[in-house]
Amino acid sequence: MIPAPVRYLRARTYEEAFEALADPDAKVLAGGQSLLPVLKLRVVRPSVLVDIAELGAGGAEVDDGAVSVGALTTWATLGELPELDRPAFAAIGECAHEIGDLQVRNRGTLGGSLVHADPASDMPAVVLALGAELVLRSSAGERTIRADDFFVGPFLTALAPGEVLVDIRFPILPAGSGSAYAKVEHPASGFALAGAAALVRPDGSSSIAITGIGAHASLLPADADSVDAVAATEIYGDDFAPAEYRRQLAGVVVRRALARAEARAAEDA
Amino acid sequence: MPEPVEVVVNGEPRSLEVEGRTLLVHALRDGLGLTGTHVGCDTSQCGACTVLVGGRAVKSCTMLALQASGSEVTTIEGLARGDGLHPLQQAFVEHHGLQCGFCTPGMILTAVDLLSQEPDPDDGTIRRALRGNYCRCTGYQTVIDSIRAAGAMLRSEAK
Repeated sequence: MIPAPVRYLRARTYEEAFEALADPDAKVLAGGQSLLPVLKLRVVRPSVLVDIAELGAGGAEVDDGAVSVGALTTWATLGELPELDRPAFAAIGECAHEIGDLQVRNRGTLGGSLVHADPASDMPAVVLALGAELVLRSSAGERTIRADDFFVGPFLTALAPGEVLVDIRFPILPAGSGSAYAKVEHPASGFALAGAAALVRPDGSSSIAITGIGAHASLLPADADSVDAVAATEIYGDDFAPAEYRRQLAGVVVRRALARAEARAAEDA
Repeated sequence: MPEPVEVVVNGEPRSLEVEGRTLLVHALRDGLGLTGTHVGCDTSQCGACTVLVGGRAVKSCTMLALQASGSEVTTIEGLARGDGLHPLQQAFVEHHGLQCGFCTPGMILTAVDLLSQEPDPDDGTIRRALRGNYCRCTGYQTVIDSIRAAGAMLRSEAK
């Protein structure tokens, strides 16, 4: 399968990228591991692909109480970043390690996956549970949005036309915090039938986010019992995994993620 | 509209004209005649089209030729050392790591990436690395045996 004819532009600067993105049919291309498959199926037929691969090196830096990870960081690199090597961030590496396959992890990027917003993708749950903020840039400047406000529907985010995700900021948590990601995956595709990310803080409070079961990844209400909260969620089913089965799985992955996050928090205390 | 792309393929600078939509695998096969890189599923699942870009395994059916511009690409044709096979090629022969051979170029290039990162992987690590490479003949065990044997060869060479 060959994509429909399309123009390709390798942007050398953000200004050049924004100029090209003024075309409403333009699409941003990063690692291409989500976009190329849908281009080949001709589900998406953009006029121009704006390759942003040269606009950032990928990697992390610590600033102002957060670890800021470049959107162009590949899964292979993300799992190895020393800045994220602590129990509070363990969910990030755990999630990155299980995404796709070796070849996909070499090309696919953190930012690309988040803006693609596949309702069965893993990482949205992790950025939600860890309370991450996303830094979006356009010709009008930069804005920061909470992950909780970013995912709005299947393959739908709060990213405005002409905007590019540049950084993902994970707040640095006090010692005694731990996180984890657990999923039950579709045996062929590897996508989550149900996935859960959990963060446990030193005071014992937790944040839990689920993915794969609904229109988009979402945080469970902070003060609710997690099993009740899963039960109250609108769950999508299909022939492979009906809604009731997914509800059961969601309960299982929430318990697994929470138990691992609690153990990590205890080790770090 | 054709555009020029410059890549170093198997150590040689090559230039060719491609369309914006041309996939790397088609540029390699149809543009450069390197037909050792196979098109299997063409939907990013099977890994038969795996090549190295910048030393790391990628699926060349899931990358535009123009995205590879300026990169170093290694295909199965570039792996042998003069008249001698690469240790991975040799090990696949000795350990029956292939039957029909269709998946083999992709298997071997994925294994090159794996062994460059983890010179002495255990079977679980090898199985995990092969997740994106399908073989419909061998049942995988002989592939794993081959990669383990090649790892040993490469480690003894490095000493």
